[in-house]
Amino acid sequence: MCLGIPGKVIEISGEGFMRTGKIDFDGIVKEVSLAYVPEIEVGDYAIVHVGFAITQLDEESAQETLALLRRLDVVDEELDPEVALAAERRRAGGDTP
Amino acid sequence: MKYLDEFRDPEVALRLIDEINELASRRWVLMEVCGGQTHSIIRNGIDRLLPDSVEMVHGPGCPVCVTPLDTIDKALAIAARDDVIFCSFGDMLRVPGSDEDLFQVKGGGGDIRVVYSPTDALQIARENPDEEVVFFGIGFETTAPANAMAVYQAKQEGLENFSMLVSHVLVPPAMRAILDSPTNRVQAFLAAGHVCSVMGYEEYFAIAQEYGTPIVVTGFEPLDLLSGIKAAITQLEEGRATVENAYQRAVRREGNVPAKQMIADVFTTTDRNWRGIGPIPASGWELSERYRDFDAAARFPIGDIDTKESPLCHAGEVLQGTRKPDECPAFGKECTPRTPLGALMVSSEGACAAYYQYGRFAKAASS
Ligand code: SF4
Repeated sequence: MCLGIPGKVIEISGEGFMRTGKIDFDGIVKEVSLAYVPEIEVGDYAIVHVGFAITQLDEESAQETLALLRRLDVVDEELDPEVALAAERRRAGGDTP
Repeated sequence: MKYLDEFRDPEVALRLIDEINELASRRWVLMEVCGGQTHSIIRNGIDRLLPDSVEMVHGPGCPVCVTPLDTIDKALAIAARDDVIFCSFGDMLRVPGSDEDLFQVKGGGGDIRVVYSPTDALQIARENPDEEVVFFGIGFETTAPANAMAVYQAKQEGLENFSMLVSHVLVPPAMRAILDSPTNRVQAFLAAGHVCSVMGYEEYFAIAQEYGTPIVVTGFEPLDLLSGIKAAITQLEEGRATVENAYQRAVRREGNVPAKQMIADVFTTTDRNWRGIGPIPASGWELSERYRDFDAAARFPIGDIDTKESPLCHAGEVLQGTRKPDECPAFGKECTPRTPLGALMVSSEGACAAYYQYGRFAKAASS
């Protein structure tokens, strides 16, 4: 019950504390309260806890984080043969997390 | 789903693990606070992929697990009443009370309904004006905005047959209690990302500073967890202790302001006795003065309750990170998800359930 689930806002109705929206959780659509995310719009992503959207996911920072993680990798692999070797060994072993 | 898949990229995960390996010059003990993080770590095998120098211990962030036993017993007594429709999140149904669980009360004729949201319980109250509808309002800061809104709406509508058995718990006081314990091993925390999405992380700076303990706000996907671990190890290696946000896409420093305002109106801070851990000062929320009429504990007074825990259960040590689930002698033997001795084996966020579900039996066999 404590786990937040991310989904995409596909429809909004009502206002203020009565503002609700249809959210698509990877195929399952549920009606949830948008009372706590007054700025959210159709097409945005939110994390939902027990029927209430609590956070709007910030797409820009999601992409920044990913880009940063990926860039670090590439740079490290280019610059540090040890890292590259370790990575290759892992890949060859075929074990994934 | 977009985002999720990208934050599960195994290539990037392995590289992050290599980086953590290079960073860690000695052994460090990290605690992930949230039960959702525990499940992700065990399911993805992150603890096993990490170098031996980084040990993950599992925190108390499972609301089902820490709801006090006398509150569970109270819930069972209220749910058994003829005039009550008792509504609860599904994961509370099999949590063992002193003698039985909600599921057994239901089998014995209690009208117990599983709801997805507290607003579903409100709807049941509107539809059944001649019955008392009680919602079991438990959880950490994540479920509080929803529970607070349900009580607020009930008051607005004058819904007199609705009440809530409130037993909320708060993360920051629990972190302090863990650090204060003489048996503490935790050197850095991964703070619970979704708790921080509600409350923000302002409050953690004082903890990081007072105890010299790095705190990194962390998400739930493998890359989120590894980024959080890397940030924590970096701080430890550099001798720094501050608060960092490794879950920026979901957490702002100030949290969710409208949700915090609603919580501040409906709830007030109280001492709370955590199951398995004991009393922690100012570590819970109860209904504030304005909303006391909706307090199920006051509406249905239950006499003194004689609580008893299974003597075999080591949940308290597991919750505080001094024992792993597979180091409990009952794990996988007397205690399984079908025959749980403690709440940690029931909840989808409990550490013992995670170890069982993902086949971590190694140490239990030898102890
Ligand atoms: S395995 Fe069962 S008995 Fe042991 S600590 Fe966990 S819940 Fe308690």
